[in-house]
Amino acid sequence: MAVIPVQRQPLSLAERTYVPQILAGLRVTLRHFFAPNVTLSYPEQRPAIPPGYRGVPTLVKDPLGREKCVSCQLCEFVCPPKAIRITPGAIPAGTPAAHVEKAPQAFDIDMLRCIYCGLCEEVCPEEAIFLQNQFSMSGYSRDEMVNHKDRLYELGGTLPDSHFKWDKKKEAAAHGNAH
Amino acid sequence: MSAPAKPDLVTVNIDGRDLAVPKGTNVIEAARQLGIEIPHYCYHPKLSVVGNCRMCLVEMGLPAVDPATRQPLLNPATGRPRVNWMPRPQIGCATNAMPGLHIRTNTPLVRECREGVTEFLLLNHPLDCPICDQAGECRLQEFSTSYGRGYSRFVEQKNVKPKQTRLGPRVMLDDERCILCSRCVRFCQEVVHDDVLGFTDRGSYSTLTCYPGRQLENNYSLNTVDICPVGALTSTDFRFKMRVWFLKATPGIDPESSVGANTEVWSREGVIYRITPRRNDEVNDTWMADSGRTLYQQVHAADRLAGYTIDGQATAPDMALKAAADLLGSGRAAVVGSGGNSVEEQFLAKKISAALSAPAMLVSRVGQGDGLLVSADRNPNVRGALVTGLISALPAPQLAALGADIDTGKVKIILTLGEDLTAAGLTSAQLAKVAIVYLGTHRNATSAAARVVIPTLTVFEKNGMFINQQFRLQKFARAVPGPHGVADDLVTLSRLLAALGGGTIVPDLHSLWAVLAVEVKPLAGISYASLSATGRVLDASPWAGLPFVEGESLHFKPAAQPAAATA
Repeated sequence: MAVIPVQRQPLSLAERTYVPQILAGLRVTLRHFFAPNVTLSYPEQRPAIPPGYRGVPTLVKDPLGREKCVSCQLCEFVCPPKAIRITPGAIPAGTPAAHVEKAPQAFDIDMLRCIYCGLCEEVCPEEAIFLQNQFSMSGYSRDEMVNHKDRLYELGGTLPDSHFKWDKKKEAAAHGNAH
Repeated sequence: MSAPAKPDLVTVNIDGRDLAVPKGTNVIEAARQLGIEIPHYCYHPKLSVVGNCRMCLVEMGLPAVDPATRQPLLNPATGRPRVNWMPRPQIGCATNAMPGLHIRTNTPLVRECREGVTEFLLLNHPLDCPICDQAGECRLQEFSTSYGRGYSRFVEQKNVKPKQTRLGPRVMLDDERCILCSRCVRFCQEVVHDDVLGFTDRGSYSTLTCYPGRQLENNYSLNTVDICPVGALTSTDFRFKMRVWFLKATPGIDPESSVGANTEVWSREGVIYRITPRRNDEVNDTWMADSGRTLYQQVHAADRLAGYTIDGQATAPDMALKAAADLLGSGRAAVVGSGGNSVEEQFLAKKISAALSAPAMLVSRVGQGDGLLVSADRNPNVRGALVTGLISALPAPQLAALGADIDTGKVKIILTLGEDLTAAGLTSAQLAKVAIVYLGTHRNATSAAARVVIPTLTVFEKNGMFINQQFRLQKFARAVPGPHGVADDLVTLSRLLAALGGGTIVPDLHSLWAVLAVEVKPLAGISYASLSATGRVLDASPWAGLPFVEGESLHFKPAAQPAAATA
């Protein structure tokens, strides 16, 4: 193996005193001292969340308060870490949303499994599941880290709806859509 | 033409490939043999052809013939017969194979036809897929993806029709989804001969309806749900329970009667959601009875036995088996086998009865045969007991002889393999006189009276074989795991056998079948692995003289006169 001897350059006088280096370092420190802060006092201060951010998956209701999920289980199917677990069920006759026929009896998302990939939101045909701005989840037990249906609706709230697909359907049924 | 035609075969040419098929085979089936799928909705291989969905349109041609000489004209360029193609497409389902028939299934004309048919079918079809139970196994969904145009040009309002019509106790109709293929109507007419369904009104008002005052309530109504190519007919039992793409299908055998209808057991994560028929042209075609579809509910029934007990006290499996062996070994035992046990279990039961030199018997269950897929013998596997030699005569519904033996003190211990002895005619006073070792799945009067209770598995939780009324050996596979801690029935029986000094049998199906093939003559040369999914008919001649109770049913004619007890 070839050996290449490297000649170490001798330090100059200025370098040997360290003074210019210390001053240069102090200059950097002082500049940051007076510059605006880049850190936040989390959790008192919260960062601004950019649009399209993928936070905790949540279930949403439409502006009329109807739960949008019809438990088609596509999110459960597509979920790569199998974090979603749905028990489908029928909507009892006589309730306002009875014409939708189907809604989840139970809807659990295990946040210890969730990888925040957003495929559930992408696959949802009813626009019922959204990854919103909430990003921190904590709990003292594994059970606490599973978001059940009521918690998911609490996190999700109401989002605007541009379709009102089921309301249109109900309206059409009411008018009979004579053909 | 290249394929040599046999006498009853005709050669047809589909997409440029020659195929010899029996004369009269329709084009859809012929194309299927070549691996070419002709999409169809209304055609069903076991029903009559109506040709009303128009999805199977294909181009058809026949060889040109010289009008003077009646000789086929040849194409001078290729040397092959010249084909006169019809200017308009024909439906494949109603086109039968004839000599020289030429079919093209993938031309621009055919593709355009399919696209047009699909567009018309989708005009008024609701956007229900997220809430539709058929999604995932829906022909309309599949063909719309494969042959549809991908977007809708329809800007008018869709028709509104009733979405939740109860056709019968087990079937719901969603009229908006119905594509009027009439499979269900034909099924009720032609297979069940219960002509209860029909279409009323015309055009876009057409509606599937029951005859006034009638309901779709025959014991085969759920087959209409199976054959419905869309989600119009749904099962009230399976409705909104689980999406089909999560379910795993396991081949099974319907244990409700000796017909042995082939089934598919659909489960997810150890829970069974539904049972549907599996096609077997020799046994059940593509049908099964509704009564066999709810049997999965016994798996998670409240009265399911889940623990080993001695005198009512919970114990370990080893202790229970040892107690059972000690009891049985003390002499004067009798073995009550079951026509619900598999062939393998009956073989082990026979070994146990031989080791104990105890008499073995079965309990027969006789009901009314319906002439279709529920036979009079409600035990799925009485013939298995005959073949394995557990019994040599047909069982009686009551254990009168055993009762007499108990009264005279000839029998002191009974090993019952799943049979409820009180239901079989023994009184509780008689049960009190004997020690009972009960192997079974559910609690009953016998398990309550038993000294030793050993839980076993239901037919959905184990592998095995049944022999049906045709002496057809058919295998079923384990769909879901058994209850926690309950050993496989073969393990239980073989350990019991070993403890009784009856020899060692490896409780594994493949080793067991190696023994069965040697020791049971009619089963020679058969193994669990090699038995085909459609089963194998055994030689029934040794039992030809027995008065079996079954009457005539689908694909079955009784050899002997049925006993007087049945219709």
